Amino acid sequence: MSVKMQINGQEVQVQAPPASRLLDVLRGELGLKGAKEGCGEGECGACAVLVNGQVVNSCLIPLGQMDGAKIVTIEGVPGDSPLLQSFHDCAAAQCGICTPGMILAATALLAEHPQPTMDEIRWGLSGNLCRCTGYGRIYEAVTQASTGDAHG
Amino acid sequence: MAEWLRPRHMNEALRLLAELPADHHQIISGGTDVMVAQQLRAPRDIAVWLDLSAIPELKMVEVTAEGIRIGAGVTLSVLRRHPEVQKHWPMLAASAAVTGAAPIQNRATLGGNLCNASPAADNAPVLLAYGARLEIAGPNGTRFLPYDQFHLGYRQTALAAHELLQAIHVPYLPGGSRAYYRKVGTRAAQAIAKVGIAAWIHFDAGQGIIAARFGLASVAATPCLLPRVSHYLEGNNLKHVCEFTIREKVSSDIKPVDDIRSTAEYRLEVASRLVWEAIHDAH
Ligand SMILES: Cc1cc2nc3c(=O)[nH]c(=O)nc-3n(C[C@H](O)[C@H](O)[C@H](O)COP(=O)(O)OP(=O)(O)OC[C@H]3O[C@@H](n4cnc5c(N)ncnc54)[C@H](O)[C@@H]3O)c2cc1C
Ligand code: FES
Ligand code: FES
Repeated sequence: MSVKMQINGQEVQVQAPPASRLLDVLRGELGLKGAKEGCGEGECGACAVLVNGQVVNSCLIPLGQMDGAKIVTIEGVPGDSPLLQSFHDCAAAQCGICTPGMILAATALLAEHPQPTMDEIRWGLSGNLCRCTGYGRIYEAVTQASTGDAHG
Repeated sequence: MAEWLRPRHMNEALRLLAELPADHHQIISGGTDVMVAQQLRAPRDIAVWLDLSAIPELKMVEVTAEGIRIGAGVTLSVLRRHPEVQKHWPMLAASAAVTGAAPIQNRATLGGNLCNASPAADNAPVLLAYGARLEIAGPNGTRFLPYDQFHLGYRQTALAAHELLQAIHVPYLPGGSRAYYRKVGTRAAQAIAKVGIAAWIHFDAGQGIIAARFGLASVAATPCLLPRVSHYLEGNNLKHVCEFTIREKVSSDIKPVDDIRSTAEYRLEVASRLVWEAIHDAH
Protein backbone atom coordinates (compact mmCIF):
# COMPACT_ATOMS: atom_id res chain seq x y z
CA MET A 1 0.00 0.00 0.00
CA SER A 2 1.21 3.49 -0.81
CA VAL A 3 0.66 6.12 1.87
CA LYS A 4 1.37 9.84 1.73
CA MET A 5 2.19 11.61 4.98
CA GLN A 6 3.84 14.78 6.09
CA ILE A 7 6.71 13.93 8.38
CA ASN A 8 8.59 16.73 10.12
CA GLY A 9 7.25 19.16 7.55
CA GLN A 10 8.19 17.12 4.49
CA GLU A 11 5.87 15.24 2.17
CA VAL A 12 6.78 11.57 2.24
CA GLN A 13 5.37 8.65 0.29
CA VAL A 14 5.86 5.16 1.68
CA GLN A 15 5.20 1.79 0.13
CA ALA A 16 4.65 -0.90 2.80
CA PRO A 17 2.04 -3.37 4.03
CA PRO A 18 -0.92 -1.40 5.44
CA ALA A 19 -0.85 -3.09 8.84
CA SER A 20 2.82 -2.18 9.36
CA ARG A 21 3.29 -0.28 12.57
CA LEU A 22 4.12 3.39 12.12
CA LEU A 23 7.05 2.73 14.48
CA ASP A 24 8.59 0.23 12.05
CA VAL A 25 7.96 2.47 9.06
CA LEU A 26 9.69 5.40 10.76
CA ARG A 27 12.67 3.40 11.92
CA GLY A 28 12.98 0.90 9.06
CA GLU A 29 11.73 2.60 5.91
CA LEU A 30 12.57 6.20 6.76
CA GLY A 31 15.63 5.83 8.98
CA LEU A 32 14.10 7.98 11.73
CA LYS A 33 15.40 6.09 14.74
CA GLY A 34 14.47 8.58 17.44
CA ALA A 35 11.27 6.68 18.23
CA LYS A 36 12.24 3.62 20.26
CA GLU A 37 10.52 0.33 20.84
CA GLY A 38 10.08 -0.35 24.54
CA CYS A 39 7.08 -2.53 25.26
CA GLY A 40 5.43 -2.69 21.82
CA GLU A 41 2.05 -2.65 23.59
CA GLY A 42 1.19 0.97 24.22
CA GLU A 43 2.35 1.03 27.84
CA CYS A 44 5.68 2.83 27.86
CA GLY A 45 5.67 5.76 25.42
CA ALA A 46 9.22 5.16 24.15
CA CYS A 47 7.74 5.09 20.64
CA ALA A 48 5.66 8.26 21.09
CA VAL A 49 5.29 10.70 18.19
CA LEU A 50 2.90 13.52 17.41
CA VAL A 51 0.14 12.81 14.91
CA ASN A 52 -1.86 15.89 13.95
CA GLY A 53 -0.53 17.56 17.11
CA GLN A 54 -1.49 14.81 19.54
CA VAL A 55 0.88 12.51 21.36
CA VAL A 56 0.30 8.86 20.39
CA ASN A 57 2.18 5.58 20.53
CA SER A 58 3.55 4.72 17.10
CA CYS A 59 3.70 1.01 18.02
CA LEU A 60 -0.12 0.94 18.02
CA ILE A 61 -0.69 2.78 14.73
CA PRO A 62 -1.06 0.93 11.46
CA LEU A 63 0.34 2.68 8.42
CA GLY A 64 -3.04 2.40 6.68
CA GLN A 65 -4.49 5.01 9.04
CA MET A 66 -1.77 7.57 8.36
CA ASP A 67 -2.72 8.68 4.85
CA GLY A 68 -2.67 12.48 4.93
CA ALA A 69 -1.45 12.66 8.55
CA LYS A 70 1.00 15.24 9.86
CA ILE A 71 3.63 13.51 11.95
CA VAL A 72 6.36 14.98 14.12
CA THR A 73 9.16 12.81 15.46
CA ILE A 74 11.98 13.86 17.78
CA GLU A 75 14.08 14.56 14.67
CA GLY A 76 11.53 17.26 13.78
CA VAL A 77 11.67 19.10 17.10
CA PRO A 78 13.44 22.39 16.40
CA GLY A 79 16.95 22.70 17.82
CA ASP A 80 15.94 25.84 19.67
CA SER A 81 13.02 24.17 21.49
CA PRO A 82 13.29 25.25 25.13
CA LEU A 83 12.65 21.63 26.09
CA LEU A 84 15.97 20.48 24.64
CA GLN A 85 17.81 23.05 26.70
CA SER A 86 15.85 22.42 29.87
CA PHE A 87 16.21 18.61 29.66
CA HIS A 88 19.93 19.22 29.41
CA ASP A 89 20.04 21.79 32.20
CA CYS A 90 17.97 19.67 34.59
CA ALA A 91 19.81 16.43 33.79
CA ALA A 92 16.42 15.00 32.88
CA ALA A 93 17.88 12.31 30.62
CA GLN A 94 20.00 9.43 31.86
CA CYS A 95 19.98 6.38 29.59
CA GLY A 96 17.88 8.42 27.16
CA ILE A 97 15.51 5.70 25.96
CA CYS A 98 12.45 7.55 27.20
CA THR A 99 13.67 11.02 26.26
CA PRO A 100 12.37 11.39 22.69
CA GLY A 101 8.89 10.31 23.81
CA MET A 102 9.04 12.54 26.87
CA ILE A 103 10.02 15.57 24.80
CA LEU A 104 7.25 14.95 22.28
CA ALA A 105 4.65 14.42 25.02
CA ALA A 106 5.88 17.64 26.66
CA THR A 107 5.72 19.45 23.30
CA ALA A 108 2.05 18.51 22.92
CA LEU A 109 1.40 19.46 26.55
CA LEU A 110 3.00 22.92 26.23
CA ALA A 111 1.12 23.58 23.00
CA GLU A 112 -2.13 23.06 24.90
CA HIS A 113 -1.09 24.47 28.28
CA PRO A 114 1.79 26.93 27.86
CA GLN A 115 1.97 27.29 31.68
CA PRO A 116 1.02 23.83 32.92
CA THR A 117 0.34 23.03 36.55
CA MET A 118 2.15 20.06 38.11
CA ASP A 119 -1.01 17.97 37.68
CA GLU A 120 -1.18 18.87 34.01
CA ILE A 121 2.48 17.92 33.58
CA ARG A 122 1.92 14.59 35.31
CA TRP A 123 -1.10 13.95 33.11
CA GLY A 124 0.61 15.06 29.89
CA LEU A 125 3.49 12.64 30.56
CA SER A 126 1.29 9.88 32.03
CA GLY A 127 1.87 7.57 29.07
CA ASN A 128 5.66 7.81 29.24
CA LEU A 129 7.62 5.60 31.58
CA CYS A 130 11.15 6.32 32.75
CA ARG A 131 13.20 3.70 34.55
CA CYS A 132 16.11 5.99 35.41
CA THR A 133 15.23 9.45 36.64
CA GLY A 134 12.32 9.00 39.03
CA TYR A 135 10.49 11.69 36.98
CA GLY A 136 11.34 14.64 39.29
CA ARG A 137 13.94 16.05 36.94
CA ILE A 138 11.74 15.53 33.93
CA TYR A 139 8.85 17.44 35.52
CA GLU A 140 11.32 20.13 36.51
CA ALA A 141 12.61 20.37 32.95
CA VAL A 142 9.09 20.79 31.58
CA THR A 143 8.39 23.49 34.17
CA GLN A 144 11.60 25.26 33.26
CA ALA A 145 10.78 25.15 29.57
CA SER A 146 7.39 26.69 30.28
CA THR A 147 8.57 29.50 32.57
CA GLY A 148 11.95 30.13 31.00
CA ASP A 149 13.48 30.09 34.51
CA ALA A 150 16.87 28.47 34.56
CA HIS A 151 17.38 25.39 36.67
CA GLY A 152 18.26 26.46 40.22
CA MET B 1 -0.53 -8.33 1.03
CA ALA B 2 -3.51 -7.52 3.19
CA GLU B 3 -6.04 -5.12 1.78
CA TRP B 4 -6.85 -1.88 3.63
CA LEU B 5 -10.32 -0.38 3.17
CA ARG B 6 -10.80 3.13 4.46
CA PRO B 7 -14.35 4.31 3.71
CA ARG B 8 -15.34 7.96 4.20
CA HIS B 9 -19.04 7.31 4.85
CA MET B 10 -21.01 4.94 6.99
CA ASN B 11 -23.04 3.68 4.00
CA GLU B 12 -19.86 2.80 2.18
CA ALA B 13 -18.50 1.02 5.27
CA LEU B 14 -21.66 -1.06 5.58
CA ARG B 15 -21.64 -1.95 1.90
CA LEU B 16 -17.99 -3.04 2.11
CA LEU B 17 -18.62 -5.00 5.29
CA ALA B 18 -21.50 -6.89 3.70
CA GLU B 19 -19.15 -8.12 0.96
CA LEU B 20 -16.26 -9.14 3.19
CA PRO B 21 -15.43 -12.79 3.88
CA ALA B 22 -16.83 -13.76 7.28
CA ASP B 23 -13.45 -14.58 8.82
CA HIS B 24 -10.13 -13.09 7.87
CA HIS B 25 -11.24 -9.52 8.17
CA GLN B 26 -10.67 -7.06 10.96
CA ILE B 27 -12.59 -3.93 11.82
CA ILE B 28 -10.37 -1.25 13.31
CA SER B 29 -11.12 2.13 14.86
CA GLY B 30 -8.51 3.64 17.22
CA GLY B 31 -6.58 0.38 17.10
CA THR B 32 -5.48 0.38 20.74
CA ASP B 33 -6.96 -3.07 21.33
CA VAL B 34 -6.61 -4.44 17.82
CA MET B 35 -2.94 -3.53 17.41
CA VAL B 36 -2.00 -5.15 20.70
CA ALA B 37 -3.88 -8.32 19.73
CA GLN B 38 -2.22 -8.15 16.31
CA GLN B 39 1.19 -8.37 17.95
CA LEU B 40 0.21 -11.77 19.29
CA ARG B 41 -1.12 -13.13 16.00
CA ALA B 42 0.39 -13.85 12.59
CA PRO B 43 -0.34 -10.78 10.42
CA ARG B 44 -1.37 -12.89 7.43
CA ASP B 45 -4.39 -14.14 9.37
CA ILE B 46 -6.09 -10.91 8.35
CA ALA B 47 -6.81 -10.58 4.65
CA VAL B 48 -8.86 -7.37 4.73
CA TRP B 49 -8.95 -4.48 7.16
CA LEU B 50 -11.98 -2.27 7.46
CA ASP B 51 -10.74 1.00 8.92
CA LEU B 52 -13.44 3.22 10.47
CA SER B 53 -11.09 6.04 11.41
CA ALA B 54 -11.82 8.25 8.38
CA ILE B 55 -15.61 8.40 8.77
CA PRO B 56 -16.57 11.88 10.02
CA GLU B 57 -20.11 10.72 11.02
CA LEU B 58 -18.58 8.46 13.66
CA LYS B 59 -16.69 11.37 15.24
CA MET B 60 -19.70 13.54 15.97
CA VAL B 61 -21.05 14.51 19.37
CA GLU B 62 -24.57 15.94 19.27
CA VAL B 63 -26.68 17.24 22.10
CA THR B 64 -30.35 16.48 21.50
CA ALA B 65 -33.58 17.13 23.38
CA GLU B 66 -33.34 13.70 25.05
CA GLY B 67 -29.65 13.66 25.82
CA ILE B 68 -26.40 13.23 23.98
CA ARG B 69 -25.51 11.16 20.93
CA ILE B 70 -21.87 10.16 20.82
CA GLY B 71 -20.47 8.72 17.60
CA ALA B 72 -18.78 5.36 18.09
CA GLY B 73 -15.51 6.84 16.81
CA VAL B 74 -15.32 9.70 19.31
CA THR B 75 -12.06 9.43 21.24
CA LEU B 76 -11.86 9.31 25.00
CA SER B 77 -9.79 12.51 25.09
CA VAL B 78 -12.60 14.35 23.27
CA LEU B 79 -15.18 12.92 25.70
CA ARG B 80 -13.13 13.71 28.77
CA ARG B 81 -12.95 17.39 27.79
CA HIS B 82 -16.42 17.82 26.36
CA PRO B 83 -18.19 20.56 28.36
CA GLU B 84 -21.69 19.04 28.00
CA VAL B 85 -20.42 15.62 29.03
CA GLN B 86 -18.67 17.11 32.04
CA LYS B 87 -21.79 19.00 33.02
CA HIS B 88 -24.58 16.45 32.53
CA TRP B 89 -22.78 13.08 32.51
CA PRO B 90 -19.81 13.62 34.80
CA MET B 91 -19.30 9.89 35.32
CA LEU B 92 -18.63 9.48 31.61
CA ALA B 93 -16.06 12.27 31.63
CA ALA B 94 -14.51 10.57 34.67
CA SER B 95 -14.40 7.07 33.17
CA ALA B 96 -12.95 8.38 29.90
CA ALA B 97 -10.27 10.15 31.94
CA VAL B 98 -9.11 6.93 33.61
CA THR B 99 -9.15 4.69 30.53
CA GLY B 100 -5.43 4.37 29.85
CA ALA B 101 -2.94 7.23 29.81
CA ALA B 102 -2.93 10.34 27.62
CA PRO B 103 -1.60 8.79 24.38
CA ILE B 104 -4.12 5.94 24.63
CA GLN B 105 -7.02 8.35 25.13
CA ASN B 106 -5.96 10.30 22.07
CA ARG B 107 -6.65 7.22 19.94
CA ALA B 108 -9.03 4.97 21.87
CA THR B 109 -12.69 5.36 20.95
CA LEU B 110 -15.82 4.85 23.03
CA GLY B 111 -17.23 2.44 20.43
CA GLY B 112 -14.00 0.43 20.47
CA ASN B 113 -14.13 0.16 24.24
CA LEU B 114 -17.65 -1.33 24.08
CA CYS B 115 -17.16 -3.54 20.99
CA ASN B 116 -13.90 -4.96 22.28
CA ALA B 117 -16.17 -6.26 25.02
CA SER B 118 -13.63 -6.75 27.76
CA PRO B 119 -15.31 -7.44 31.13
CA ALA B 120 -12.95 -4.77 32.47
CA ALA B 121 -13.92 -2.02 29.99
CA ASP B 122 -13.86 1.17 32.02
CA ASN B 123 -16.63 3.06 30.26
CA ALA B 124 -19.09 0.17 30.36
CA PRO B 125 -20.28 0.55 33.99
CA VAL B 126 -21.06 4.21 33.46
CA LEU B 127 -23.13 3.59 30.34
CA LEU B 128 -25.00 0.80 32.13
CA ALA B 129 -25.76 3.05 35.09
CA TYR B 130 -26.88 5.93 32.87
CA GLY B 131 -29.18 3.63 30.91
CA ALA B 132 -27.50 4.23 27.54
CA ARG B 133 -28.87 2.96 24.22
CA LEU B 134 -26.84 1.87 21.25
CA GLU B 135 -27.51 2.86 17.67
CA ILE B 136 -26.47 -0.07 15.51
CA ALA B 137 -26.24 0.21 11.73
CA GLY B 138 -26.65 -2.76 9.43
CA PRO B 139 -27.43 -3.58 5.82
CA ASN B 140 -31.17 -3.21 6.50
CA GLY B 141 -31.00 0.08 8.35
CA THR B 142 -30.52 1.18 11.92
CA ARG B 143 -31.73 -0.42 15.12
CA PHE B 144 -31.61 0.68 18.73
CA LEU B 145 -30.60 -1.60 21.56
CA PRO B 146 -30.53 -0.87 25.28
CA TYR B 147 -26.86 -1.14 26.21
CA ASP B 148 -27.61 -3.63 28.98
CA GLN B 149 -28.58 -6.13 26.25
CA PHE B 150 -25.35 -5.72 24.28
CA HIS B 151 -22.95 -8.02 26.14
CA LEU B 152 -24.11 -11.60 25.65
CA GLY B 153 -21.17 -13.50 27.09
CA TYR B 154 -17.45 -13.32 27.51
CA ARG B 155 -16.28 -11.07 24.63
CA GLN B 156 -19.52 -11.77 22.81
CA THR B 157 -21.76 -8.92 21.71
CA ALA B 158 -25.18 -8.55 20.12
CA LEU B 159 -23.61 -7.13 16.92
CA ALA B 160 -24.46 -9.28 13.91
CA ALA B 161 -21.77 -10.08 11.36
CA HIS B 162 -22.64 -7.20 9.05
CA GLU B 163 -23.41 -4.59 11.66
CA LEU B 164 -21.40 -1.69 13.02
CA LEU B 165 -21.88 0.31 16.17
CA GLN B 166 -22.76 3.81 14.98
CA ALA B 167 -23.47 5.82 18.13
CA ILE B 168 -24.11 5.73 21.85
CA HIS B 169 -27.10 7.64 23.22
CA VAL B 170 -27.09 8.76 26.84
CA PRO B 171 -30.29 10.29 28.23
CA TYR B 172 -30.62 13.34 30.47
CA LEU B 173 -31.26 12.33 34.05
CA PRO B 174 -34.28 13.39 36.09
CA GLY B 175 -33.95 15.91 38.93
CA GLY B 176 -32.99 14.19 42.19
CA SER B 177 -30.41 12.01 40.41
CA ARG B 178 -27.17 11.27 42.19
CA ALA B 179 -24.13 9.54 40.77
CA TYR B 180 -21.04 7.72 41.98
CA TYR B 181 -18.11 6.38 39.96
CA ARG B 182 -15.02 4.60 41.07
CA LYS B 183 -12.33 2.43 39.52
CA VAL B 184 -10.37 0.33 41.95
CA GLY B 185 -7.13 -0.74 40.32
CA THR B 186 -3.53 -0.83 41.26
CA ARG B 187 -2.51 2.47 39.70
CA ALA B 188 -4.67 5.40 38.70
CA ALA B 189 -4.62 5.71 34.94
CA GLN B 190 -3.03 2.71 33.31
CA ALA B 191 -4.26 -0.10 35.52
CA ILE B 192 -6.85 -2.48 34.23
CA ALA B 193 -9.68 -2.22 36.72
CA LYS B 194 -9.92 -4.85 39.43
CA VAL B 195 -13.42 -3.58 40.01
CA GLY B 196 -15.13 -0.59 38.43
CA ILE B 197 -18.47 0.72 39.60
CA ALA B 198 -20.87 3.39 38.43
CA ALA B 199 -24.09 4.11 40.23
CA TRP B 200 -27.11 6.23 39.38
CA ILE B 201 -29.65 6.71 42.14
CA HIS B 202 -32.85 8.67 41.74
CA PHE B 203 -34.05 10.05 45.08
CA ASP B 204 -37.40 11.63 45.86
CA ALA B 205 -37.48 14.92 47.75
CA GLY B 206 -36.21 13.11 50.84
CA GLN B 207 -34.27 9.88 51.33
CA GLY B 208 -36.67 7.68 49.37
CA ILE B 209 -35.17 5.82 46.45
CA ILE B 210 -37.28 5.93 43.28
CA ALA B 211 -34.84 4.07 41.05
CA ALA B 212 -31.25 2.87 41.13
CA ARG B 213 -28.87 1.32 38.64
CA PHE B 214 -25.37 -0.03 39.25
CA GLY B 215 -22.96 -0.87 36.46
CA LEU B 216 -19.94 -3.00 37.31
CA ALA B 217 -16.81 -4.02 35.47
CA SER B 218 -14.49 -6.95 36.19
CA VAL B 219 -16.90 -8.85 38.42
CA ALA B 220 -18.30 -11.25 35.82
CA ALA B 221 -17.70 -12.42 32.25
CA THR B 222 -19.22 -9.19 30.96
CA PRO B 223 -19.81 -5.71 32.32
CA CYS B 224 -23.09 -6.07 34.21
CA LEU B 225 -25.94 -4.49 36.13
CA LEU B 226 -27.03 -5.49 39.64
CA PRO B 227 -30.75 -6.14 39.11
CA ARG B 228 -31.41 -7.64 42.57
CA VAL B 229 -29.71 -4.77 44.32
CA SER B 230 -31.77 -2.31 42.25
CA HIS B 231 -34.97 -4.18 43.04
CA TYR B 232 -34.21 -4.14 46.77
CA LEU B 233 -33.51 -0.42 46.76
CA GLU B 234 -36.39 0.80 44.62
CA GLY B 235 -39.18 2.07 46.84
CA ASN B 236 -36.95 1.70 49.89
CA ASN B 237 -35.65 4.50 52.07
CA LEU B 238 -31.96 5.16 52.54
CA LYS B 239 -32.50 4.97 56.33
CA HIS B 240 -33.74 1.38 56.06
CA VAL B 241 -31.17 -0.01 53.69
CA CYS B 242 -29.26 -2.81 55.37
CA GLU B 243 -25.61 -3.53 54.68
CA PHE B 244 -25.99 -7.28 55.12
CA THR B 245 -28.84 -7.46 52.63
CA ILE B 246 -26.88 -5.43 50.10
CA ARG B 247 -24.03 -7.89 50.36
CA GLU B 248 -26.38 -10.79 49.89
CA LYS B 249 -27.98 -9.19 46.82
CA VAL B 250 -24.60 -8.32 45.34
CA SER B 251 -23.40 -11.89 45.73
CA SER B 252 -26.47 -13.25 43.99
CA ASP B 253 -26.13 -10.72 41.17
CA ILE B 254 -22.50 -11.24 40.23
CA LYS B 255 -20.26 -14.15 39.45
CA PRO B 256 -16.84 -12.85 40.24
CA VAL B 257 -13.84 -14.48 38.65
CA ASP B 258 -10.40 -15.49 39.88
CA ASP B 259 -7.71 -14.29 37.54
CA ILE B 260 -4.20 -12.95 37.52
CA ARG B 261 -5.34 -9.59 38.83
CA SER B 262 -7.38 -10.73 41.79
CA THR B 263 -9.46 -13.45 43.51
CA ALA B 264 -13.22 -13.89 43.31
CA GLU B 265 -13.58 -13.43 47.05
CA TYR B 266 -11.69 -10.15 47.00
CA ARG B 267 -13.84 -8.90 44.14
CA LEU B 268 -17.09 -9.77 45.93
CA GLU B 269 -15.89 -8.01 49.06
CA VAL B 270 -14.81 -4.92 47.12
CA ALA B 271 -17.99 -4.86 45.02
CA SER B 272 -20.24 -5.06 48.11
CA ARG B 273 -18.39 -2.28 49.87
CA LEU B 274 -18.42 -0.13 46.76
CA VAL B 275 -22.17 -0.56 46.34
CA TRP B 276 -22.69 0.39 49.99
CA GLU B 277 -20.42 3.40 49.55
CA ALA B 278 -22.16 4.37 46.32
CA ILE B 279 -25.58 4.39 47.96
CA HIS B 280 -24.39 6.71 50.69
CA ASP B 281 -21.85 8.87 48.89
CA ALA B 282 -23.59 9.41 45.56
CA HIS B 283 -24.03 13.10 44.92
C1 LIG C 1 -1.62 0.59 27.12
C2 LIG C 1 -3.11 0.38 27.10
C3 LIG C 1 -3.86 0.72 28.21
C4 LIG C 1 -5.26 0.54 28.21
N1 LIG C 1 -5.95 0.88 29.33
C5 LIG C 1 -7.29 0.67 29.37
C6 LIG C 1 -8.04 1.01 30.54
O1 LIG C 1 -7.51 1.50 31.53
N2 LIG C 1 -9.39 0.75 30.53
C7 LIG C 1 -10.02 0.20 29.45
O2 LIG C 1 -11.23 0.01 29.50
N3 LIG C 1 -9.33 -0.10 28.31
C8 LIG C 1 -7.99 0.12 28.25
N4 LIG C 1 -7.28 -0.22 27.12
C9 LIG C 1 -7.99 -0.84 25.99
C10 LIG C 1 -8.40 0.10 24.84
O3 LIG C 1 -7.59 1.24 24.80
C11 LIG C 1 -9.86 0.52 24.91
O4 LIG C 1 -10.68 -0.63 24.96
C12 LIG C 1 -10.26 1.40 23.72
O5 LIG C 1 -11.40 2.15 24.05
C13 LIG C 1 -10.52 0.63 22.43
O6 LIG C 1 -10.92 1.55 21.42
P1 LIG C 1 -10.21 1.56 19.98
O7 LIG C 1 -10.91 2.56 19.16
O8 LIG C 1 -8.75 1.70 20.11
O9 LIG C 1 -10.59 0.07 19.52
P2 LIG C 1 -9.99 -0.85 18.37
O10 LIG C 1 -8.76 -1.51 18.87
O11 LIG C 1 -9.91 -0.14 17.08
O12 LIG C 1 -11.17 -1.91 18.29
C14 LIG C 1 -11.53 -2.73 19.39
C15 LIG C 1 -12.58 -3.74 18.94
O13 LIG C 1 -13.82 -3.12 18.66
C16 LIG C 1 -14.22 -3.33 17.31
N5 LIG C 1 -14.83 -2.08 16.86
C17 LIG C 1 -14.32 -0.82 17.05
N6 LIG C 1 -15.20 0.10 16.62
C18 LIG C 1 -16.29 -0.57 16.15
C19 LIG C 1 -17.55 -0.16 15.58
N7 LIG C 1 -17.86 1.14 15.43
N8 LIG C 1 -18.45 -1.10 15.24
C20 LIG C 1 -18.14 -2.43 15.41
N9 LIG C 1 -16.98 -2.87 15.95
C21 LIG C 1 -16.06 -1.96 16.31
C22 LIG C 1 -12.96 -3.74 16.58
O14 LIG C 1 -13.25 -4.58 15.52
C23 LIG C 1 -12.21 -4.49 17.68
O15 LIG C 1 -12.67 -5.79 17.79
C24 LIG C 1 -5.89 -0.02 27.08
C25 LIG C 1 -5.13 -0.34 25.95
C26 LIG C 1 -3.76 -0.17 25.95
C27 LIG C 1 -2.96 -0.53 24.74
S1 FES D 1 6.87 0.74 22.49
FE1 FES D 1 5.08 1.82 22.04
S2 FES D 1 4.31 2.30 23.96
FE2 FES D 1 5.99 1.02 24.46
S1 FES E 1 16.32 8.20 31.15
FE1 FES E 1 16.42 6.02 31.10
S2 FES E 1 14.34 5.51 30.90
FE2 FES E 1 14.24 7.60 31.22
